[in-house]
Amino acid sequence: MNKERLLEVRGLKKYFEAGRPALFSRDIRKVHAVDGVDFQLRHSEVIALVGESGCGKSTLALLLMGLEDPTAGTVTFEGRDITHLNDNERKDLRRKIQMIFQDPYESLNPTQTIEEIVNEPLLVHGIAKDKRERDERVKKAMEDSGLKPAEVYLNRFPHELSGGQRQRVVIAAALVLEPEILLADEPVSMLDVSIRAEIINLLAELRITRQIAVIFITHDLGSVGFFADRVAVMYLGRIVEIGTMLEVLEKPQHPYTKALISVIPVPNPRLRRKRIILQGETPNPIDLPTGCRFHPRCPVAISACKINDPSFVSRSNSHQTACLLLVK
Amino acid sequence: MFVLVLNFFLFRVLPGDPARAGVHDPRLKKDSIEAIRVRFGLDKPVINCFETLNPIKLGSCDINPLDTQFFIYLKNLVTGELGISYHTNRPVATVLAERLWNTVLLIGAGQILSITVGAFFGVFAAWKARTAIDYGALATSLVVWSLPTFWLGIILLFWGSANGLPIGGKATPGMSSAPLMQQWGDIARHMILPTVTYTIVYMGEYMLIMRSSLMDVLSEDYILTAKAKGLGVFQILRDHALKNAMLPLVTIIAINLGFTVAGAIQIETVFSWPGLGGAIFEAVNRRDFPVLQGAFLLIAVTVIVANLIADLTYSYLDPRVHTE
Repeated sequence: MNKERLLEVRGLKKYFEAGRPALFSRDIRKVHAVDGVDFQLRHSEVIALVGESGCGKSTLALLLMGLEDPTAGTVTFEGRDITHLNDNERKDLRRKIQMIFQDPYESLNPTQTIEEIVNEPLLVHGIAKDKRERDERVKKAMEDSGLKPAEVYLNRFPHELSGGQRQRVVIAAALVLEPEILLADEPVSMLDVSIRAEIINLLAELRITRQIAVIFITHDLGSVGFFADRVAVMYLGRIVEIGTMLEVLEKPQHPYTKALISVIPVPNPRLRRKRIILQGETPNPIDLPTGCRFHPRCPVAISACKINDPSFVSRSNSHQTACLLLVK
Repeated sequence: MFVLVLNFFLFRVLPGDPARAGVHDPRLKKDSIEAIRVRFGLDKPVINCFETLNPIKLGSCDINPLDTQFFIYLKNLVTGELGISYHTNRPVATVLAERLWNTVLLIGAGQILSITVGAFFGVFAAWKARTAIDYGALATSLVVWSLPTFWLGIILLFWGSANGLPIGGKATPGMSSAPLMQQWGDIARHMILPTVTYTIVYMGEYMLIMRSSLMDVLSEDYILTAKAKGLGVFQILRDHALKNAMLPLVTIIAINLGFTVAGAIQIETVFSWPGLGGAIFEAVNRRDFPVLQGAFLLIAVTVIVANLIADLTYSYLDPRVHTE
């Protein structure tokens, strides 16, 4: 089971209805939030999902969690199709896939103590009937998440903690079920820069100590660089480039990836790279551009880009890019 | 203290002579009226030095300030004495006490019913948000909320009388000699119409508050977190949403409790319910100042107590509010 595919996503799509273009019009406009995503996740692998706001990262996370119903496509977990499950099957699955939300100020119930928050998943899933065993697991999850000693935090309320501590509580509540996959939806974007590194280090550590696979969603390519195994770049609901971290960061193929990487701040002022600033805004996900969806903003677009939608081109076994310029 | 002073002058500036309005009899002789005035201390000036405030006798600064109506009123209040009703000649405290229990009975039942029904439909509507059920409940509650109380009361009164329900008063005459259980049953039957009116009028407000507050809470991230943890819909509502959504409802209930002691005036008048609201209505008609003073003092105290209870409830519902 070791290097097998833990999670496999194929052709996943999610369209949201966005009303009719005119009253009594037949067709309903759709927001193409996620529009055909494929990737695989291996055991204890960290994959970073990068893209700008509105590219469908968070929708993808909700789809993987089963919090939204996909329009098309399949999600397979340990060889089992989990795309459409009933409530009971879904509940079992939630033990194995847990999620960390973006905003630790919003994702904790203000009327519960930290102990209640971390303990709740155990009660819901009926794990560890024995109170002492539950306490033990709660304590271990909290200390693994860097809330040491756990006793100090047990009876506190979320508003008494700092943002970093709150996010650790969120992580502890996810860890207490001992999941196999941790879905982290921009877990550090709401935190101070000084705390971001700590939380990312914590996730990197957990992956080693607990063998958890992590899907790390972020808009900041710089912050994932040093702990992801693979990086997937998303643009307008689709993955445009996927490869190992080194491949993507050192030899980016897609013009969008190149632009993203060029704007990562470099500490050394003499090594300043030429920045590629993209022109224009992300196109409206209701009316997608024809052909390659990146062509209106692409600095190197050719006329064929307006007509043909590119499919993946492999540079190596692990590195794929969807760009017409690479088809030769 | 402010309330006490305001209470006194608010009614003294009303036009009309309590000695005449209290006893509606044109044959009353002049010296009898004077005797009534002396009996209730109305021959004394309201307060000294304020000439415009003394419709009966002008007050000048020569008069001993301790010998004015205002001072006597304050002195009586300190000793817990609310005065004697001009009209019924009974102590105000006794009159108000028996009226208050009737009101508490009516409003208590009405509030409990409207909170239960309103909150239930509010939760249901928020849970089924943006469906036909939700919109139906929303429209209904808006309509019932804007119904004039007295109009609804009169409509129900007609309906009730056609269906053999008692339409006025608190008990059937002669029931006081019946066994206790039968008396209570009779009172309960008399309560049906006013309570239903009250419930319908207030239910809509509670439903709307509960719905919007719960919908706010349900869109919070921690609800999504709870879902991701694996909780079912019912568990989410019970363990995460309701406690947080209750806060605005508690505020409204507290405000309403204060108002409703007085605010049931319309219902009590329509159904001739012998409650506090009815007492206020009659007292205004008869310029029965001591009763009005006592009733308003009672309302002021109720508002303060209701707010205190609300604050204490907050600290129970929301751990961020601490009682130091």
